[in-house]
Amino acid sequence: MGALALGRLALAAGLIGLLLAPWHGVEGGVDALSAWPGGDAAPLLALLLDGSRWWLWPVVGLLGFAAIPLLPGRASGGLLAAVGFALLAFVLLQGHAIGLRGLRWGWLAPLLGAPPAQQALGWGGALVLAAAIGLIAAGLAQRGRFGGDAFIAFLVVGSGALLLLFVFVPLLVILSAAAVEDGHLAPSALAARLAAPEAWSLACVTSHQGCGVVWNTLLLAILAAVSSTLIGLAFALLSARGGVRAQPAFRAMTMLPLITPPFVVSLALIVLFGRTGLVTTALWEWFDIPRSRWIYGLPGVLLAQVLSQAPIAFVLLEGAVRAIGPSLEEAALTMGARRFTVFRTVTWPLLRPAVAACLLLGFVESLADFGNPLVLGGDFDVLSTRIFFAIAGARHEPGRAAALAILLLALTFGAFALQSLWLGRRRYTTVTGKGDAGVPAPLPRGLRLACGSVAWPWMAFTAAVYGIILIGGFVHDIGRGDMEFTWRHILTGFAVEWQDGMAFRGSAWDSLFTTVEVAAISAPITAGLGILLAWLLARQSFPGRGTLEFLTMLSFAIPGTVVGVSYIMAFNEPPIELTGTALILVLCFVFRNLPVGVRGGIAALAQIDKSLDEASATMGAGALQTLRRVVLPLLRPAIVAALAYSFVHAMTAVSAVIFLVSARHNLATVYIVGRVEAGEMALAIAYSTVLIVVMLAVVLGIERLVGRAQIGRRAAPAGNLVA
Amino acid sequence: MTDAAIRFERVTKAFGVVRAVDDVSFDLPQGALVTLLGPSGCGKTTTLRLVAGLELPTAGRIEIEGRDVSRLAAAERRIAMVFQSYALFPHMNVLENVAYGLVVGGARRQAAEADATAMLKTLGLEGLGARLPAELSGGQQQRVAVARALVLRPKVLLFDEPLSNLDARLRRRVREDIRDLQKRLGLSVVYVTHDQQEALAVSDLVVVMKDGRIAQKGTPIELYDAPADAFVADFMGEANVLQGEVLSAADGRGCVAIGGVVLDAAMRDHPPGTAALAVRPEAIRLAPPEEPGLPGRVRRAAFLGQTREYEVDTDAGALFVVTPASAEAWAEGAAVACRLERIIPLRA
Ligand SMILES: Nc1ncnc2c1ncn2[C@@H]1O[C@H](COP(=O)(O)OP(=O)(O)OP(=O)(O)O)[C@@H](O)[C@H]1O
Ligand SMILES: [Mg+2]
Repeated sequence: MGALALGRLALAAGLIGLLLAPWHGVEGGVDALSAWPGGDAAPLLALLLDGSRWWLWPVVGLLGFAAIPLLPGRASGGLLAAVGFALLAFVLLQGHAIGLRGLRWGWLAPLLGAPPAQQALGWGGALVLAAAIGLIAAGLAQRGRFGGDAFIAFLVVGSGALLLLFVFVPLLVILSAAAVEDGHLAPSALAARLAAPEAWSLACVTSHQGCGVVWNTLLLAILAAVSSTLIGLAFALLSARGGVRAQPAFRAMTMLPLITPPFVVSLALIVLFGRTGLVTTALWEWFDIPRSRWIYGLPGVLLAQVLSQAPIAFVLLEGAVRAIGPSLEEAALTMGARRFTVFRTVTWPLLRPAVAACLLLGFVESLADFGNPLVLGGDFDVLSTRIFFAIAGARHEPGRAAALAILLLALTFGAFALQSLWLGRRRYTTVTGKGDAGVPAPLPRGLRLACGSVAWPWMAFTAAVYGIILIGGFVHDIGRGDMEFTWRHILTGFAVEWQDGMAFRGSAWDSLFTTVEVAAISAPITAGLGILLAWLLARQSFPGRGTLEFLTMLSFAIPGTVVGVSYIMAFNEPPIELTGTALILVLCFVFRNLPVGVRGGIAALAQIDKSLDEASATMGAGALQTLRRVVLPLLRPAIVAALAYSFVHAMTAVSAVIFLVSARHNLATVYIVGRVEAGEMALAIAYSTVLIVVMLAVVLGIERLVGRAQIGRRAAPAGNLVA
Repeated sequence: MTDAAIRFERVTKAFGVVRAVDDVSFDLPQGALVTLLGPSGCGKTTTLRLVAGLELPTAGRIEIEGRDVSRLAAAERRIAMVFQSYALFPHMNVLENVAYGLVVGGARRQAAEADATAMLKTLGLEGLGARLPAELSGGQQQRVAVARALVLRPKVLLFDEPLSNLDARLRRRVREDIRDLQKRLGLSVVYVTHDQQEALAVSDLVVVMKDGRIAQKGTPIELYDAPADAFVADFMGEANVLQGEVLSAADGRGCVAIGGVVLDAAMRDHPPGTAALAVRPEAIRLAPPEEPGLPGRVRRAAFLGQTREYEVDTDAGALFVVTPASAEAWAEGAAVACRLERIIPLRA
């Protein structure tokens, strides 16, 4: 694409933003649009003409300034880029300067007087901002940057701006919020919050009081990481080397956690082990073991986290075990080593990096987990839940929430930094994927027994948990052992009546529709943007590539709770006010799931020889043509995997979106958490079953479409983050 | 039309501190075939990619048919390139591959496919249009890659080691096909190889490169018969490089002292004095020891069918000698006189 063509396109977008689209955000949907071109839906031109936004005339001036040279085709790149920057800066700054209560920046009073209040930017504003980005890109391309290709320039500048806005800025906002007290900057408040006893107290060592949340979080994360890795390892060794024939069961076990909302396991645990739970009751009736609430707290949360993490560890480790060339072990055997010695001296050292990766993943997942501690935590608070209650609890304390979020972030980044340090020293362990004839050595007997004694009971336990989820929605009251079949709960949630057409009477329909809608909108955007970014990062060299990659991967390391808090802090006020809309849910999913799409795309591109792109270029195809005709068709499996991943994740996420949902746009997971808190366990389980069925259908449909693509929960891009 | 097809003027390409191409200048006349020859890592591929526009020069100027293209992107150069891996699009069939350049150039699909079909025919690939690249033999894939390049009627055609994926037998045939096609269509071609035989067989002009610089350029015969230095002499077929003193050299013959013996041989003019001298293995005849020549003893002898190869120890060092199989055979250990029939003085 030529730079001038892009410039004109940007100009057209700017004009639509100026003349047609409502300049401010419109509330009330289609009804408000009927007032167009007046009222809330007025385009900027109308507002300028009636004098209520007189300070925005420079927008017209700047667009005109770009148009005069662009239309005859003589624009200099420097001019276009400068106009773009000016437009961008002007629109954003005036939005900050003049807010909902009129002038906010007092020092501008001599210039602006007392301007009327203005709301957040709407589609018109968004189009003008997009036009500014387009002008900047066109200008840079015209000056020969980005190889002179305007398409690439637009992709880089555009995605860079989006990443800045939706990943980096929220992070900055939360960091600064931690240092603000009563609207003033107070570094001492920051220090006090970061060092607060609620975070660091060691009271539990000496007394019956609880310890600080940081210690709780760390303890839980370490225990969860170690247990899930050990269980995963037992399964991996059995499956790859144990000579057992239970592949379908193993495979089902790896599939289920992917499509289960993360806290659903907690519900099943309560049903089994709660005070009136099935197991608790049985123990009481048969063995006189008293009922207790032990499941609410560290043991319960740990159990739930391990239940969802162990299968992922299994997948990772099984791959690593299978990748060890049997010839290595055979070589050791021929040299006279006994089986156990071979395992200890050859197999285990080769497995160590994968085990470490697993530990890291388990650790980070546990830090980020919100649903399970919320449902099962009881008095045992971790950082993610504490952050939530600091925002949503009785007292609204954004500063405290921000400080806790910083602590959580620091733990996560610390883990990634440790891992990259460790990996940096030991690249030699990467195993080649080359075919290696030979029969894998069977496990030593003792080890096999040990693995079996861990794996089979765990398998039975997992089956029990999912069994509860399966039947829980269809019996009267599973929480009290009332096992009579009923459609009652499903009907409460999903009743449909026929009165002059279909009426969705069930209480769950609204949130289910919103969830599917949001997932279905965000998945293609995530996959598309992810693949484009992957292509940029893997195939194009341009200034700022490293920064772009860092921004992309950054959101992977930020726990969902932190994202949620930072989004409500960053996007709650003009000029960019998104809270309460469905758009903020979509944006949140897109930028949270993006790194996986990018990683997948980069991995897939590594399999495609670069000379294909180059051949296309020498035959006269520009970057856009090459992308469309050569790269994208070859990337189809990666695209579909990214689609499936982001769809499933948008349906199961809870930590970030619990802050972002609103009465109008509620999501399934948040609705279920609400049912749990209201004690409607059966309805919650019934709804979970429906969710699982929907996702299973989607994932299986996609698998059918393209064979078995890898769809792993957050498993793809472990590491390489803090490069 | 007197412009050179390609002109390199003091072109440099640096990757960080590595100068992959360093101050390279050459002209490729219209309708000629130039080979870039040199050992691995000497900058051949980089030079080719500079022509194609896949890399932009750090310094210097590149012209194609008189037009400065130094800053022009690959897509705008009207250059076609045949990649070492062929780079056939695996998701398109042969016909779509060949028509690709026409389609992205804006041609109607039908016209493009008609053109592509005709080009497939020219290259003897009729009937293969519907196959996928993976369903072709190596030689066929290579020809599809050539067809895909030629169908665009490029100003210049570039080949990066086009034969390296083919087996030895096929290599010879394909290289002759390429040369025929180039002559028939009057194409200007830049051809990269590290095989000197291939270079000698197909080129009008050979550019020998070393460490990013041009070691020597000239016709194949010039390079073979008058290599400028030991590197080129050795790279263009094997050479024995000896130290000696030129006593006199004029009118195509010279008198040279080597290893304490004065020899008379064919030689181009050279001022008297010590010099490095190259002798081609086939320019040495072995004679009975009593005849004049450099005395020596056969250390190793091998029979290769058409030729015999010897290693002979002399006072000037070990000599590698190739004689026709029809010439007299010498056993290992035999005393011989080495008669140097043609000596090439080298630049210091
Ligand atoms: N993209 C690059 N970045 C850094 N260095 C490069 C790059 N491409 C080439 N080089 C370096 O430039 C030098 C020349 O490389 P080039 O590929 O041109 O060699 P070549 O003559 O084609 O070798 P071969 O016969 O092995 O293909 C090498 O030292 C190589 O390492
Ligand atoms: Mg090369």
